[in-house]
Amino acid sequence: MRVELTVNGERREADAWAGESLLYVLRERLGLPGSKNACEQGECGSCSVLLDGRLVCACLVLAAQADGHELVTVEGLGEEAGLHPVQEAFAETGAVQCGFCTPGFVVATADLLARNPRPSDDEIREALSGNLCRCTGYAKIFDAVRLAAGS
Amino acid sequence: MNAPARTLELGRVGESVKRVDAIPKVTGEFAYSSDLFAAGMLWGHTVRSPHAHALIEEVDISEAVGMAGVHAVLTHTDVPGAKAYGLEFADQPVLAIERVRYFGEPVAIVAAEHPEQARRAAERIRVAYEPLEPVVDPERATEQEPIHDGRPTAGHGFRDDPRPNVVRSIVIRHGDPDAQGEVTVSGVYELGIQDQAFLGPESGLAVPDGEGGVDVYVATQWLHVDRDQVAPCLGLDPEQVRIHLSGVGGAFGGREDLSMQIHASMLALHTNRPVKMVYNREESFVGHIHRHPAKIWMEHRAKRDGKLVNVRARILLDGGAYASSSAAVTANASAFACGPYAVENALVECACVYTNNPPCGAMRGFGAVQSCFAHEAQMDKLGAELGMDPVELRLRNALAPGDSLPTGQKITGSFPAAEVIRRAAALPIPEPEELPRDALRLPGGSGNTTRGEGVRRGVGFAVGFKNVCYSEGFDDSTAARVRLAASDDGIAAVVHCAAAEVGQGVVNVILQTARTELDLDEVVLGSATTSSVGSAGSASASRMTWMAAGAVQLACRAAKDELERRGGDLEHGETIDVERVYHHRPTTPLDRETGQVTGDGAHVAYICAAMRVVAEVDVELGLTRVVWIGTAQDVGKAVNPQAVYGQIEGGIAQGLGLALMEEIQTQDGLITNASFTDYLIPTTLDMPPVEAQLVEEPEPDAPYGVKGVGEPPTVVSTAAVASALRDATGRQLTRVPVRPDEIVGLP
Repeated sequence: MRVELTVNGERREADAWAGESLLYVLRERLGLPGSKNACEQGECGSCSVLLDGRLVCACLVLAAQADGHELVTVEGLGEEAGLHPVQEAFAETGAVQCGFCTPGFVVATADLLARNPRPSDDEIREALSGNLCRCTGYAKIFDAVRLAAGS
Repeated sequence: MNAPARTLELGRVGESVKRVDAIPKVTGEFAYSSDLFAAGMLWGHTVRSPHAHALIEEVDISEAVGMAGVHAVLTHTDVPGAKAYGLEFADQPVLAIERVRYFGEPVAIVAAEHPEQARRAAERIRVAYEPLEPVVDPERATEQEPIHDGRPTAGHGFRDDPRPNVVRSIVIRHGDPDAQGEVTVSGVYELGIQDQAFLGPESGLAVPDGEGGVDVYVATQWLHVDRDQVAPCLGLDPEQVRIHLSGVGGAFGGREDLSMQIHASMLALHTNRPVKMVYNREESFVGHIHRHPAKIWMEHRAKRDGKLVNVRARILLDGGAYASSSAAVTANASAFACGPYAVENALVECACVYTNNPPCGAMRGFGAVQSCFAHEAQMDKLGAELGMDPVELRLRNALAPGDSLPTGQKITGSFPAAEVIRRAAALPIPEPEELPRDALRLPGGSGNTTRGEGVRRGVGFAVGFKNVCYSEGFDDSTAARVRLAASDDGIAAVVHCAAAEVGQGVVNVILQTARTELDLDEVVLGSATTSSVGSAGSASASRMTWMAAGAVQLACRAAKDELERRGGDLEHGETIDVERVYHHRPTTPLDRETGQVTGDGAHVAYICAAMRVVAEVDVELGLTRVVWIGTAQDVGKAVNPQAVYGQIEGGIAQGLGLALMEEIQTQDGLITNASFTDYLIPTTLDMPPVEAQLVEEPEPDAPYGVKGVGEPPTVVSTAAVASALRDATGRQLTRVPVRPDEIVGLP
């Protein structure tokens, strides 16, 4: 089947098998492997993307459901001038180790700060509780969110 | 919390330097092993055993072979070379032959155009099994039928233990094992199976070179040992198999063993097309080894003043179906069984057995985690028995340079156990937070299960230690290659080292070392591959910083010497290219009968950490909340302080997970919770703030005085969290993860 969607501001089309998830189509058909596949059941947040401005796990959305909709992935988060402030902050504070969870965290954090520019520590913890990181113990991720919120 | 350091871009040893891969990782450009693509690529899939133990009567691939899009269906008869492999012992079949020994064991492999076609073809492969009684109780394994023919691990210099299903057994006799104390405490402790749960699943791409060889792009911890296992199974020379490090989504020991490397290579060579394999999460849970579950019996005998007289320990590790690195884990569990304490008399008996449970091997802490949980529970118990402050008790017994371990090995390098205990104990703990408070800061969290009634607070303490680098005579050397060339701004350097960057930040260690040694900013890191440089050894055993820094330092100094010989400058087009190999000081095996050191000693050096934990428990529901963790860790010298704090915080999270929630559950050997829905790892809501202090006492033998930092936080945090829960509940809590049932119902 044919899927048409706007990804990071660009019209894109893909030929997909009906059972393919949005995540599969992004990664394997549209050349956008930034969104990661770590659990395929919406538990880890590694595939977080913005679907019509709403934070979703791309593994839980069928590609067909995204037909005609607008997507932002980690690849489209930065501005023309360079990195998104959240990306800068993650790099600066040591919030990245293996980095596999990072795209998901970056997208989820950008979404949090867009809704709540000055989140409290509890609000940060709750907002990011759907994103798993196995390397950092989250401390430097919290530093990154605070840094990005202050910038 | 540890203040975020401002990072430098091009710093030297001792400075916080932004990761060289940070920007590609935050933008999504960094290519992990599951992101790879090649033109004409096929997808591989693995058919796995649904049984923990069964005979294979027949594998019928006829239906699968003819399916649309399917290019290859292979079984053990298609393995071109050696039929079995293994890190230490080649006891694991590439594809099962006649018998499967664990749930999820690979039986056949498929390559197809689309991953779904490969999955569907795999479903059409008919495997006729005759189920056998699985060996699942490690306490009975040594009396049951052997699950391997012959004795795969016998004859390697190990103590002769003729019982069936023994992977390795060790007895350490030190001083007078019958020595009596004035006070005795004993206990039996258990740990469940922990999973590494790295986020990036096993994956990679094998590309045939058209001349019979193959290039494998993969996430691994040791490129050269992968090659040395892959090549014989493919019937190829090592040079025909080139292993290249792809982006690694975490490792924690779980990528020491092979996963899809041989399978993808077989499919690629068979089809003459690139083949990609990516495990899903469920498959990942059976696709790698786990942390050994353990049962530990311990008795501590002490004087009334708290001085330990004798420690007697019996440790049983369940190694699962294949040996992996179990023999070395057994050695660690034994050698560190008494904790970082000076004990003149000890008897430690440790056995690891084969069963039909999930295979176990390396995970961060490597045997020391299990022992630490037991010896620290015992120290708490002894403190309570003596009415002595737990910190004071530990200080009174703290192991120091000049003291000997129960193996008889004398500590000759830095070992500030007393200092980490003092520093951790001195960290002020937060005052209890007033009620009412937000449910997020109560046990049960956003589940909103309590307003604070039934909530009790406890403070725990623990100390732990382990070795750095490989042990018992293993020469895990590291090579580095430095190439200097003239550039527009003077001289530029390229450094090659096959050290696996698994997230720990060794890429920065290499670059910071090279910049320091060459006094040069213009340093570029070459890609890690078996084709351009010698072995780096494994990104394991907290060794990679020490060994990579040592190798890069040697190579840089040799390059500088050569540059000087040539007058201090290079013409355009002129290069200097040198490779050097760094060895740590030699070690020797333990005596097979007494477990005492022979020759130079079994270990290279030791690292320790102490930790203080505040926790709250809801005794109505058995729910827990860790409130705060403070730690002091012996790091030798912090090459990149920001990364060291990151290792400590992350390592603590994994130990907290084992204490509170992480366990692979099995029923008759079958894993019942192979998903992130059912196997829980700590989230942002589970992790408390961590206050960490670095104790920098340089290691005399090591470059810049570095040690290793990855493992001690994981070794000690399970024990420290359990200690806090014990303080809060007054219960023994002898098993981790601690279950709600063990906390509820307090009067």
